[in-house]
Amino acid sequence: MREAERISAQDAPPSSAAAALPRRTGQRASRARLSLYHALLLGGVFIFWYVMTEPGLIPPFYFDDPTRAKFFFGQPIEVAKRIWSWFAGGSIYLHLGVTLIETLLAFAIGTALGLVLGLWLALAPTASTLADPYIKAMNAMPRVILAPIFAVWFGLGITSKVVFGVTLVFFIVFFNVYQGVKEVSPVVLANARMLGATGRQLLRYVYLPSATSWVFSSLHTSVGLAFVGAVVGEYLGSAKGVGYLIHQAEGVFDIDTVFAGILVLTMCALILDFIVTRIEGRLLVWRPSASETERL
Amino acid sequence: MSTPALLLERVTCAFASRERQGDRYTAVKDTSLSVRVGEFVSVVGPTGCGKSTLLNVAAGLLEPSSGGVRVLGEPLSGINRRSGYMFQAESLMPWRNALDNVVAGLQFAGVQRAEAETRAREWLARVGLSGFEQRYPHELSGGMRKRVALAQMLILDPEILLMDEPFSALDVQTRQLMENELLDLWSADRKSVLFITHDLEEAIALSDRVVVLSAGPATRPIGEFTIDLPRPRDVNEIRLTPRFVELHTQMWHVMKDEVLKGYARSRKN
Repeated sequence: MREAERISAQDAPPSSAAAALPRRTGQRASRARLSLYHALLLGGVFIFWYVMTEPGLIPPFYFDDPTRAKFFFGQPIEVAKRIWSWFAGGSIYLHLGVTLIETLLAFAIGTALGLVLGLWLALAPTASTLADPYIKAMNAMPRVILAPIFAVWFGLGITSKVVFGVTLVFFIVFFNVYQGVKEVSPVVLANARMLGATGRQLLRYVYLPSATSWVFSSLHTSVGLAFVGAVVGEYLGSAKGVGYLIHQAEGVFDIDTVFAGILVLTMCALILDFIVTRIEGRLLVWRPSASETERL
Repeated sequence: MSTPALLLERVTCAFASRERQGDRYTAVKDTSLSVRVGEFVSVVGPTGCGKSTLLNVAAGLLEPSSGGVRVLGEPLSGINRRSGYMFQAESLMPWRNALDNVVAGLQFAGVQRAEAETRAREWLARVGLSGFEQRYPHELSGGMRKRVALAQMLILDPEILLMDEPFSALDVQTRQLMENELLDLWSADRKSVLFITHDLEEAIALSDRVVVLSAGPATRPIGEFTIDLPRPRDVNEIRLTPRFVELHTQMWHVMKDEVLKGYARSRKN
């Protein structure tokens, strides 16, 4: 039904404003219901967690000691308390700030490098054939191994984490831009040339906008990976950051704090991803229906 | 005899075969073709006979294996800047709305934004798309997209129009409307047109002269007909006149064998 509606809307585009109105309210209702389901699912998971770990609530069936489950899996209420005290007491802000700065720097630098190099290699066949095996090799390499090396090279400060994050983000953006440029419609390209576009104008007005949709699909993945880079880097050696907090807590078997750190990181990653989605929606209004499916 | 607007001289296009190395596929062979200034010439031929190849050579998008192109007497090298090209496939930039698509050519030429926009609005109005300036290509119907492409091409005021089956993807009714609109726009300043189509009726209804090509490979012209139907024409009405039917019969007679050959070849592959 919805499919049919969309097709007919494409066939007869003019004056569909009146028809769009009821559809939009319908969409809003279904989106509200979806949010409700999301909240219920989340609540369910937390309740399950609580029931399984609260000592004495249900008869023990796996561990002999009723407090053992709590020890291994933490408790949602304790975790919430920990997060609350972090934010209320203000002790988290320094660590979170460091992690976020590392993430954003890795994300920005990795994306910029990937974009520039992707465009360049996609448009320069000789350079591309020359670099091809090395890029593939570097992408295939398990780069997490590099994190300790970067700590040795760049010290325990921010730099080593940013560099590590960049190595993760770069390849994703690079391959997407490369692909995006290769997939530019030859007809659109020939048309722009017939309209008098110079090489530079083709790059700016055809290749770049055409590659943006590919770049944005890669940005969702790279935001997450920039976070991974920052946290893994901190985990392996640092004195600040959420990864450092988690590492410290693991050292004393404080599972509640570990989970609290993970939850805080997850929320930050979700917020960043949301921002990317918003910017994407703003920049890619021209894309047929991808943004609609995205919003669902 | 004045200089022709467009002259293809003994053009041959051979492509390296993909299946067998060293083998060549000759798409077009020794084809000469001329379009006089202000003349509307159509090229018809069976599918896959290399019509588009010929047009790409005229546009400078494809370099012929041998032979050359002269544009208003001057030999062509690189893109043919004095011509506009209308493609068979979707050629609008999907990330630009109708107005920005029409502006594109002027923008590339460095025309001031405000002036370019005013002219683009005028052209969109001339192709009947006032009020659709902000629509993106996917929000427009197929016929509307073709109109935008037409405006996009004509705003640069090219001396020669190259059109590669521009309306073949449209339904019959929209197509006839577009053909009439094209004739209206064309008769305003009589540009030289090279129009590629596989539709004999479309070719006769629009043109001053129709060139019939043989089936590929090694396509070459096998017939040429002057269409002496009076102008202005209405593509719907003219199809019913006795002279139209007579011309159609003559040309179909020449084309029939080639169409069958082309069909047999496509079946074989």
